[in-house]
Amino acid sequence: MSAARPIGVEVLSPGAFATLQDGGRRGFRRIGVPWAGVLDRRLMRLANALAGNAEDCAVIECFDGGLQLAARGGAVRIAVAGHAALEIGSGEARRALPAWRSLTLAEGEVLRIRRMERGRLAMVAVAGLAPPAVMGSAATYARAGLGGIDGQGRTLTAGDLLPAAAAAEGPERVLPQPPGGDAAPIRVIPGPQADHFSAEALAALVAGEYRVTAEADRMGVRLEGATLAHAGAAEIVSDATVPGSIQVPGKGQPIVLLADAQTAGGYPKIATVISADIPRLAALRPGEPLCFAAVDVAEGERLARVAEACTRELLAAIRPLYADGVDLAALYACNLVGGVVHALGPDYRPLLDPRPQPADPKRSTL
Amino acid sequence: MSPQIRLLDAGDAALTVEFGDAIDPGLLAAVNALDAAVERLARAGGLPGLIEAVPTFRSLTLLYDPLLTCRADVEAALAPLLAGAGETQAASGRHWRLPVCYGGEAGPDLEATATAIGATADEVVALHAGTEYRVYMLGFMPGFPFMGDLPERLRLPRRAEPRLRVAPGSVAIATGLSAIYPWESPGGWHLLGRCPVRLFDPAAAEPSLLAAGDCVRFEPVSAAEYARLAAAVAAGELPPAHWRPEAAAGGGR
Repeated sequence: MSAARPIGVEVLSPGAFATLQDGGRRGFRRIGVPWAGVLDRRLMRLANALAGNAEDCAVIECFDGGLQLAARGGAVRIAVAGHAALEIGSGEARRALPAWRSLTLAEGEVLRIRRMERGRLAMVAVAGLAPPAVMGSAATYARAGLGGIDGQGRTLTAGDLLPAAAAAEGPERVLPQPPGGDAAPIRVIPGPQADHFSAEALAALVAGEYRVTAEADRMGVRLEGATLAHAGAAEIVSDATVPGSIQVPGKGQPIVLLADAQTAGGYPKIATVISADIPRLAALRPGEPLCFAAVDVAEGERLARVAEACTRELLAAIRPLYADGVDLAALYACNLVGGVVHALGPDYRPLLDPRPQPADPKRSTL
Repeated sequence: MSPQIRLLDAGDAALTVEFGDAIDPGLLAAVNALDAAVERLARAGGLPGLIEAVPTFRSLTLLYDPLLTCRADVEAALAPLLAGAGETQAASGRHWRLPVCYGGEAGPDLEATATAIGATADEVVALHAGTEYRVYMLGFMPGFPFMGDLPERLRLPRRAEPRLRVAPGSVAIATGLSAIYPWESPGGWHLLGRCPVRLFDPAAAEPSLLAAGDCVRFEPVSAAEYARLAAAVAAGELPPAHWRPEAAAGGGR
């Protein structure tokens, strides 16, 4: 029976919340369809590159850990990007292992995101995952029933089977030095309706500390902190919103809009989070503090280019990972050995790499 | 550039061209004209990096890729278009005639609306169906049209208690606007009736039936006719062009 089964991964548990996402659906905001798509494109691109996919393939985006996947019908290659603690196997045979690398699950083997060590977002790439595109994208937009596993916007649930490719031969891949944490302020550009607020409001936004409330999801993040007073009415004639728009309803507490937010709204928007900092904001957990800093458009554009350059450096740093560890010569050449120790960690165990174990004792440990 | 036009910062990847802050047919025409000019320029390759433009009641927002272009370049490309903006006549949208079953289960707020304005239910229907509406914009949810202007007599504030569940196809009014809910959703508008026409079809080349600038008239139909039309729509027998008199007559695209 198993030989005839299609190859794929079965969702044993979606964890807190998991959806299929890609780079998003462009061109339909004018008819009220938001982009949707991953909340952190860098993580999507890294996960796909690690798994051997094209950078913009659909991935599983999951919040707060708990996702459990099992390979069905054969071996499947998977990679997780994000600060996630992983576990493979079940019962006595459980092994912990780090993210930021690919791994090959044998048929029936289970991968679990045990918890998030930092942030709340992880992207899981599955080699060969190719859900159907709806209006040009596989991104799940549940509110209007678009994209996702069934093409009708369904979020992932236990029992879902995602068709995948048979695991390829060849070594796993690893990102030796994952991106570090960044507690810097979230940068915003004032506008488009900063003039609808009191003179003190913008100063309060950048001077005060805010906290993420429990209302934080793919649509947006509601914050609590210093009240932002409107200069006049707290409603405007509806105007377009963009990802990162900080809208302020009547009570003066800001809401930052994200990928699934509606495309227009009637609350004044005091500022916009720059595109480079949206992923950091989206990854904040309820209860976590944050503060804002104002920059101008030119600085926001510069930071977008810096973020892209950083992503490309990370992509270029991805290396093959051999059964006995890593390709040391390549890593020395890149001066990245410090990152190897971090990436593999004390509980690293080689996975199901078909390469024969080398006899050289000098290379048996890292 | 007309003195009322303002360029507003909307982050490092978008720019909003604001024409005013009202719901007004003149603003709609100006927004639509700039929208059309931007589309022509983009097709001619004059706006590299532009992802899309979003027209609203008051503004046109351009979303672009800051790795492919920058604010200064977008502004420079827009400048010649803005020089003549704001002085155009109404755009020529498509004309739609959409059937509506008013009152009863289909329009649970028809009677209350009549009471609120001191009219009969029939008078409310005559007022609502006797007006030609312009689609100002789509938003709130995919395919949701904000249409105006309602006759003065029909203007009411939103319901004090929004409904948690509004049936798809519900034809509703609030303030100076009318709308049709494409999906089941919560909603605070007054529900006058239901329209059997599908407003959003993700498989269609143009997923939204209506576009900003289109003209819409409502045609009262009986509950029996509504049921017949809804069944025909569900069976795929009535394509979008069926609801456009000039297209159905062979006069349009």
